[in-house]
Amino acid sequence: MSARDVLPGLMLLGLLALAPLVASNAALNFLLSSLIVALAAQGWNLLGGYAGQLSFGHAAFFGTGAYATAILQLRYGVNAWAGLAIGVALGALVGWAIGFLSFRARLRGSYFALVTLAFAEVLRILANAFDLTGGAAGLLIRMAPGAANLQFPSRATFLWLVLAVVAAVLLLTAWIAGGRLGARLVAVRENEDAARALGVDALRTKLGAIALSGAITAAAGCLYAQNFLYLDANIAYGTWISVEVLIACVLGGSGTVLGPVIGALALHGAGEAAKIALAGIAGPVPGIDLVLFGALLILAVAFLPQGVMGGLRRAARGLAR
Amino acid sequence: MFPPALIAEAAVNGLLAGAAYALVALGLTLVYGVLHIVNFAHGALLTCAMFAAWGLHAAFGLDPYLSIPPLAVAFFGLGYALQRWVIGPSSHGDDGNTLLVTLGLSIVLENALLAVFRSDTRSLGGDAGFDVVEVGPMLLSYPRLVGFAVALVTAALLWALLSATDTGRAIRAVAKEKLGAQLVGIDPRHVYAVTFGLGCACLAIAACLLLPTFYVNPRVGNAFVLVAFTIVVLGGMGSIPGALLGGLFVGVVESLGGLFLGDSLGQLGIFVIFILVLLFRPTGLFGPRA
Repeated sequence: MSARDVLPGLMLLGLLALAPLVASNAALNFLLSSLIVALAAQGWNLLGGYAGQLSFGHAAFFGTGAYATAILQLRYGVNAWAGLAIGVALGALVGWAIGFLSFRARLRGSYFALVTLAFAEVLRILANAFDLTGGAAGLLIRMAPGAANLQFPSRATFLWLVLAVVAAVLLLTAWIAGGRLGARLVAVRENEDAARALGVDALRTKLGAIALSGAITAAAGCLYAQNFLYLDANIAYGTWISVEVLIACVLGGSGTVLGPVIGALALHGAGEAAKIALAGIAGPVPGIDLVLFGALLILAVAFLPQGVMGGLRRAARGLAR
Repeated sequence: MFPPALIAEAAVNGLLAGAAYALVALGLTLVYGVLHIVNFAHGALLTCAMFAAWGLHAAFGLDPYLSIPPLAVAFFGLGYALQRWVIGPSSHGDDGNTLLVTLGLSIVLENALLAVFRSDTRSLGGDAGFDVVEVGPMLLSYPRLVGFAVALVTAALLWALLSATDTGRAIRAVAKEKLGAQLVGIDPRHVYAVTFGLGCACLAIAACLLLPTFYVNPRVGNAFVLVAFTIVVLGGMGSIPGALLGGLFVGVVESLGGLFLGDSLGQLGIFVIFILVLLFRPTGLFGPRA
């Protein structure tokens, strides 16, 4: 890990930490939800970007984190911070379990994408049907502002907390990418058979990636629950989060350290701008931000192989010449 | 427990409903078998077709069964264009990219429909969807009987097209050996687009058959996507008879699951089958062994 890999990202996050000085409450809320998606996308990036296993079902981890935090607090009176830790651990466990089942069955490519989607859907249907998860009515976390309850009266404090977590995952990603694990992940992504021939334990590598990925995305789910204090099956296990983290990564540059963060911010910024621009002309138009998301995904795949980060890198190389 | 007559009726109605699923799956499996890609936009395209059939009915009073020929042709053209000028070029020949592009396409289509038509639910109106035919002791839904018959005819036509025409031979050639097909003068890009168009034409037919018994809204296709994938995987990716049998099977499972578990958990059966088949028999129940 070199300073060059992480410095721009840390500077960006540092800059965002200054936002509460100037930004309105609405702007802070927007930034918060973008950063939570960014964190979930950082999780996707380890599995989908570095290890090359496209998951269409990261909602499975996001929802597990969110529900774990909420249920532990509501039903068992567990402290929210402990709930966060347990949620992250459960995210890793669910990741490992899904990975164990599907990688052992040698599912790759589209098959893997489909099976992850199906796992997320099963969890969504179950969460929608059972009392433990509040059924279709969802769960409301009791409002009790206080640092001990992981709820903060000011948006700024929560923003700093989320920024700190995103920064920590950024450092972790850079450290992994520069180390042996990163090399193994990329080897498995580029050519699994060749990697195996070189003595890389592909199954163990992929299991490590999916467990870590699940833990990080579950952390995002926990923070989501603590931020909005409400969740139901369609929020926590809904396809929207699986799709948003994927697009954020592909747009920002999957398999790059900073890509998911840039992608999530750009994606949400563009979506918000489109909503505001159209609302001025035609009133609120539902789904217009998602039309843009989908179009950006297609354009990124077609014209920006490695996303915004790859584009920047190519531009920088062009300038240096 | 339920009386056997009720179970039998649920099973037969499930079988009939399964024919429409089979038709949706037929398009998917054809595209997979030839292009070796999973078309994620399949559900969104089905929604588009359902809106088109609904629109023809609302604007001109056209019976959805009469919309089948014009919509099948229109959707063949749409599918051809999408594959030839959007999906093909932007994927750069990489399967992962194709998956992402079709996912993007599905998001765009679904939400464009949402932006235009809002999330209101629409139906044909009237009570034609509830017509029943008495067969012995059982009451069978009339639109589903029609759907069953048309689905079988469509599958037979598709099979005939693939096995007896030059286009069909070209499609099979590209599916088996792309390079070899190119060497004898077949343009794979054209064949891919034709195949994708055929898949979309199947969808248009399925949409017209589903319309009388289903409400139309921008998310209706989602309900069919995973069902269709389940069928395709169950029947063996790329196998036409497999898709047909798989569709009928899934229809019965869903109907019986709904009867025994209630509607909210009834869908679970399909996903569980899907996961189990993917994990333990990824080549499908009827496909070759791995």
